[in-house]
Amino acid sequence: MAEGLTRSAARNIFYGGSLFFFLLFTALTVHSHWYMVNDSTDSAGLTESVKHGKEVWEENMCINCHTILGEGAYFAPELSNVWERYGGHESPEAARSGIEAWIRAQPLDIPGRRQMPAYDLSDEEMQSLIDFFEWTDGINAQDWPPHSAG
Amino acid sequence: MKYETQKVALPFFMVAMALFALQLIFGLLSATVYAWPDFMTSIMPFNIMRVSHTNLLIVWLLIGFMGCTYYLMPEEAEHEIASPTVAYLQLAIFAFAGAAALVGYQFGIHEGREFLEQPFWVKVLITISFLLFLFNTSATLAKGRKTAINMVLMLGLWLAAIFWLFAFYNPSNLAVDKLYWWWVVHLWVEGVWELIMASLLGYLVIKMTGVDREVIEKWLYVIVGLALFSGLLGTGHHYYWIGAPSYWQPIGDIFSTLEIAPFLTMVLFAFTMFWKGRRNHPNKAAMLWTLGCPTVAFFGAGVWGFMHTLHWVNYYSHGTQVTAAHGHLAFYGAYVMIILGVMTFAMPSLRRSQPYNQVMNMWGFWIMTSAMCFMTFTLTFGGVVQTHLQRVLGMNYMEVQDQLGLFYVMRLGAGVAVAIGAALLIYAFFGPRRLQVPDSGTQMTAAGPESA
Repeated sequence: MAEGLTRSAARNIFYGGSLFFFLLFTALTVHSHWYMVNDSTDSAGLTESVKHGKEVWEENMCINCHTILGEGAYFAPELSNVWERYGGHESPEAARSGIEAWIRAQPLDIPGRRQMPAYDLSDEEMQSLIDFFEWTDGINAQDWPPHSAG
Repeated sequence: MKYETQKVALPFFMVAMALFALQLIFGLLSATVYAWPDFMTSIMPFNIMRVSHTNLLIVWLLIGFMGCTYYLMPEEAEHEIASPTVAYLQLAIFAFAGAAALVGYQFGIHEGREFLEQPFWVKVLITISFLLFLFNTSATLAKGRKTAINMVLMLGLWLAAIFWLFAFYNPSNLAVDKLYWWWVVHLWVEGVWELIMASLLGYLVIKMTGVDREVIEKWLYVIVGLALFSGLLGTGHHYYWIGAPSYWQPIGDIFSTLEIAPFLTMVLFAFTMFWKGRRNHPNKAAMLWTLGCPTVAFFGAGVWGFMHTLHWVNYYSHGTQVTAAHGHLAFYGAYVMIILGVMTFAMPSLRRSQPYNQVMNMWGFWIMTSAMCFMTFTLTFGGVVQTHLQRVLGMNYMEVQDQLGLFYVMRLGAGVAVAIGAALLIYAFFGPRRLQVPDSGTQMTAAGPESA
């Protein structure tokens, strides 16, 4: 502890410095928001169906097994690039039916394997959820994840 | 206990420990599923166990912070709590909201965003309770002495409440959602909660070492300054892969490296004051927690956090078991241990039983802390294997998980040991009064000229 530093000087550095960094952080967040809406995500493609898909994602609390953009539970595969993993860039229809078939097939009941519960999604919910996956795959996430494996 | 209203803290501590016990039960259930995937599949899906485990942690830590605040505020402010009735009322609301959320999760009632899963009306109740708490404690502070300890503590609590408001904002653009989600999740645990932790630590150090307040408060400002200077822009390490601009990568690298500084300073602070201290405080268990907390926080939050926050490392390790390893030890060291430390310090006077059963408390400390460290090591090894197979070699997720079984079994074993340690600790807190103290002359005795 520097001898010259008094308690009130330390206090003023704390309040002043924190305010400075908070304002800087706020400004960068505002810019990041602007960047996300205009550059890194497909705002035009954020349809009602994609929005509904995000709600389906939340209603079924997928985040507490899976990760998306690397965040969530670490119990089940990453889904921000599930569209890519199913070959959605080459053949969207095959990816769409592949993902649907996989979710509809749950639970797999393979002994000793983690079980995904059965979700009773309507056709409309299923398509919205897959639209949400497709939209999320389009986020410019600085080339993450490193492999299509997630 | 110098002030009658300090006893308000006791029910907060009881509720907090009950929820802690429940948190461990859900943690054990989840860890069992990792080791034996067929466990309870038809009764409770994994996501319900996991949401219960994480939400109970948050709720009990908040209730614990409140209890600690009610305990120290009268002493620091030299004024009784403004309204004990409001304190009991807001505890009842908070405990009800937490319990309702927990029961609701079992039936699939939630908002489905990680850590912010509470249904809307539960979020509203939590906000109301928190505001009642803040007004009650701020009113106490306003009428009394304003020390650095209680000012920094109240600042941390108010900012925690303000950032919580971002939990109500859920934009439909997933990237924007993540951007502000971290305004709660990161700015809490790597920002303003550190203010709460540091001021509680400062309080314990003042009480236990008898070192001059002037010196301790100066350290406190330096620590919390470092915490916010590094922690605010340190949010950048969560903005690498969510669609944010690439400038967050250098910013995140630099400022999250600096995030070690406040934790290192806390270790230096606690040990320096312990050695300088002239007082041989009878509550040696509390001294153990006071030194243990910053030490484990330094490793869990500081070192384990740093291991994977540089963006070129995080590119591979993000969202693997490495994150889980860091999360467990960071929360335990920084927040669980500080609350248990304040409780260990406060419980003898709250129960008017001084000295008390310290030996069992210290057994609880060592068993829990070493088991948490072991859990962290196993998850780290598992995470490194996972990172290599999945992120470097590109192997399929479930194939990789099959390779990690041994680590998950060891993690479950560590979890069982944590639960045993916690049971001893809870018994030491709330069990029958026993006057048992460690033999004098142990290494926990702050040897000064006056010590007998």
